[in-house]
Amino acid sequence: MMHKPVTASEKSKPLADLTKCRDILAKYTSATSADLIPILQQIQDAYGYLPQNVLEEITARVRIPLSKIYGVITFYSQFSLEPRGKHTIKVCVGTACHIKGAPDIKKKITEVLHIQEGETTKDYKFTYEPVACLGTCFLAPVMMVNERYYGKLTTEKTEQILKSY
Amino acid sequence: MVSLLIDGKKVEAEPSQTILQAAQKLGIHIPTLCHDPRLAPSGACRMCVVEVEGARPLVASCATPVSEGMKVSTRSESVTRARKLNLELIWSDHPNDCLTCDKTGECQLQNFMYEYEVKTSRFVEQNPPPRPDDSNPGIYRDMNKCILCGKCVRICDEVQDQHIWAFSNRGMQTSIATAFEKPLKDAGCVFCGHCVSVCPVGALMDKPAAKKGRPWETKKVRTVCCYCGVGCSLLLHVKGGEILKVTADVYSPPNYGSLCVKGRYGYEFYKSPDRLTSPLIRDRIDQPFREASWDEAINLVARKFMEIKREYGSDAFGCLSSSRGTNEENFLAQKFARAVMGTNNMDNCARVCHAPSVTGLRASLGSGAATNSLADIEGAEVLIVSGSNTTEAHPVAALKIKKAVRQNGARLIVIDPREIELVQYATVWLRLKPGTNVALINGLLHVILKEGLENEEFIRQRTENIDMLQQVVAQYTPERTEEITGVPQKDIVRAARIYAGTKKGMIVYGLGMTEHKAGSHGVMSLANLALITGNVGRPNTGINPLRGQNNVQGSCDMGALPDVYTCYQKVDDPVANKKFSEAWGCPLPEKPGLKEPQMYREALAGKLKAMYIIGYDPASTQANINHVRSAMKKLDFLVVQELFMTETAKLAHVILPAGCFFEKDGTFTNAERRVRRLNQAIPLPKGTKHDWEIICLIASAMGYSMQYRHPSEIMDEIAKLTPEFAGIDFKRLEGDGLVWPVWDKNHPGTPILHQDTFTRGKGRLNDLLYTPSEELPDSDYPLYLTTGRRLYHYNNGSMSLRNPEIYSISSEEFMEIHPDEAERLGIETGDTVRVRSRRGSLEVKANVTAKSRPGCVFLSFHFPETPTNVLTGPGEDLLALTPEYKVCAVKVEKI
Repeated sequence: MMHKPVTASEKSKPLADLTKCRDILAKYTSATSADLIPILQQIQDAYGYLPQNVLEEITARVRIPLSKIYGVITFYSQFSLEPRGKHTIKVCVGTACHIKGAPDIKKKITEVLHIQEGETTKDYKFTYEPVACLGTCFLAPVMMVNERYYGKLTTEKTEQILKSY
Repeated sequence: MVSLLIDGKKVEAEPSQTILQAAQKLGIHIPTLCHDPRLAPSGACRMCVVEVEGARPLVASCATPVSEGMKVSTRSESVTRARKLNLELIWSDHPNDCLTCDKTGECQLQNFMYEYEVKTSRFVEQNPPPRPDDSNPGIYRDMNKCILCGKCVRICDEVQDQHIWAFSNRGMQTSIATAFEKPLKDAGCVFCGHCVSVCPVGALMDKPAAKKGRPWETKKVRTVCCYCGVGCSLLLHVKGGEILKVTADVYSPPNYGSLCVKGRYGYEFYKSPDRLTSPLIRDRIDQPFREASWDEAINLVARKFMEIKREYGSDAFGCLSSSRGTNEENFLAQKFARAVMGTNNMDNCARVCHAPSVTGLRASLGSGAATNSLADIEGAEVLIVSGSNTTEAHPVAALKIKKAVRQNGARLIVIDPREIELVQYATVWLRLKPGTNVALINGLLHVILKEGLENEEFIRQRTENIDMLQQVVAQYTPERTEEITGVPQKDIVRAARIYAGTKKGMIVYGLGMTEHKAGSHGVMSLANLALITGNVGRPNTGINPLRGQNNVQGSCDMGALPDVYTCYQKVDDPVANKKFSEAWGCPLPEKPGLKEPQMYREALAGKLKAMYIIGYDPASTQANINHVRSAMKKLDFLVVQELFMTETAKLAHVILPAGCFFEKDGTFTNAERRVRRLNQAIPLPKGTKHDWEIICLIASAMGYSMQYRHPSEIMDEIAKLTPEFAGIDFKRLEGDGLVWPVWDKNHPGTPILHQDTFTRGKGRLNDLLYTPSEELPDSDYPLYLTTGRRLYHYNNGSMSLRNPEIYSISSEEFMEIHPDEAERLGIETGDTVRVRSRRGSLEVKANVTAKSRPGCVFLSFHFPETPTNVLTGPGEDLLALTPEYKVCAVKVEKI
């Protein structure tokens, strides 16, 4: 229910274009709550994150209150409410990688990209995501950029890899 | 029924009942943190675990149904150990702030820690600190105190249906949040405070009560809400003459623990510095007021009233009482007009809202009252909601409609030009052009009769005039009805079939039906629908006006009308007239008096010389207020009894300061005819008097003795003179009150009217043609203006605007306009526009929204800066003279 209508000047955040969202929703003629997660995944793929005004469009279509959609989004780490970088970096900090120098690799990434874990570069090129272990100890120290593994890292190699993107 | 043993005691329970419910039957206490009788069980808190013989783990008694032969132990050693462990775990993540927490004393966690002697927790060295958030109006929040029972989430989902809260960041960091952690105001919260009311700990609390006292310091006073006609039962928490907060009893009708924002947070007006605290007098209205003693003021009023009566006759006087005053005060007001002044020029502010309900329902059924109770809404299979923006105007009644639809599968037919919130719940939405109600309903009647869906037996046995009705509605084919109303034919046919296809069809309507030129006709049309389908006289049926103000029903019942005494005994009926003359010891006028709008006409014509207006502000709430104000300015003498300096008070010669509803004893009658006690919770402010006392003082000063020691004695007099109230007295009204008629002292009351026969004998099917509104849009004034209510405010705003919490949510008016019109006129949301009608103009900000029907704009009249009623008029109901607030023509321009 409206308390005070929102004027154009008060709409501070830039709104995401709804075209892609509508294309996705068009595939669901009678969407139900069961369709929510697949829809969110497609939205995330299309926009790189889940823009608020897009979610407001979805709430009306799937008839799930926005608060509940928010509850779902904040549960799954695959969803992001913030715009993400084009590339996602994950550095393994498991035991083997730790011994083999993962802390130095992490320091290097921060030095090159000026971001900490959990952050995104200002140019939206990289998102540096925390992860516990990538399960490839034989490659230690190891990081992933998007779907690709880079093993037996050195700080020099790390810098080269980042610059290659 | 199944039979089981709980702690060795045998109990019988329905198979659908839970172990917890069965234990409650035996009076066995089981601790709970997440249970509420209004909510589906969630089994989240694990406090209510019990041991069931044969079951391996302990079970949550709130979520486990009983079964035959079950043996339950609620206090075994393993149960106690589990509960203690549970408390330790909860305590490990809860601030140790009981010493300064406002919840202390009624905190469930604290109570259970005490009960189970849990002194600390093994799981944490240091409890987290409190993390208060008081950024929201009304609601104080501390998420560190939250124990994640989820009751706030569930009550917002299941009872309020607003879905503001959800669990977010589930896992170790779970918290209760709004979408995107938005402030409540932006998250769609309606500030009903349900979440606060169910919070077992201090995570959600009423902000205005913070730091003002602990629960054991407050006196709890039961009373009745004085805003809308739902008449919610309230519990006031009072300390030292101050109301700290308002709650509601979960077991008390009609609201069962629910309140809206006005009921819960609309109580602070009473301590506004703007309260009038001394009688004010002046000789002429161009002079300033001066303070006067009560003696001086009363004597002046008495002398002037006597002079006017002597010089110009009794009918030169008119009295208006308030639908927000008590029954006792309204009774005395009409007694004063009739017995002391000798005139029937008596009316009340029902004239500007539901007078057409009285006229219409009396013509159709014989009684001008709702036929069924509000609780019946929940069990209806089909609901017609017509001309009622229920979620904003009668929020707690709307909860019952939502429940009927969402939980009980009822089908809802909404008749409204605006896309009100209930449209989301509707099976069919008939978006008619404003003012075409009678045509639309005739169209529905046409379909029902043409398709043979009517209840022939009911029509034959219990109604009259079916032949004439048939002839008239024959003209209203779906094609023609669509032409007049703009509603697609297929929707008309569909709605007619749905309503005629049930034996549990209930009609609920509001001012969108009555405030029209054909308002009374609209009400009669709705009655026709109920009558031809036989949907009346049984549970979950009938025709039910949602009364605008809390005591519209009561003020009319009390005879504060120009033609009737209490409960509609006619002043021109010799038997009734004689009865009242004898009781009051004086001859009484037989000729029905002037209705309110006629009073203004007579005043302008110089024939009406004095008025006595009690708790009513027609100078801002009547239609075409410039006309009304001119009439008041012509009066020789105007007496106004008020809480605040209203627009009407500004035109008075004498202002008498009165008490508000927290400060008085008496009774209100809600929309379902429930007569209920209000109890004085706080003392009258110095310098004010009760309305009933003031009336008695004036009467006595005029030589007519009116002596009552207490309002209960006034009720005793009402009961003596009114068969329907014969069984009512203050003693019997304790608790949840009684629903009239109450024929004698043993009669239980009558929740459903017209069960075997109608009050007038047979139900009358009134054959009615559609009458267009008085003023329709044209090339000069091309838009329809409709007026109505907003959730946060009430009437002229004199009370609601003086509540700081509510004011901080809503403090100005926005005119709703459809995007099509807005685009044509170059208007965007937030722009200031000028609205003009043939009677006046005003400036207001615009809200561009598809909620408005194309071609229509909408305004409330709550805000003095936006005096909407300079625009309204000139139409009025053909029979009741109620102003046609819902239709007039305006033009809008951007400035």
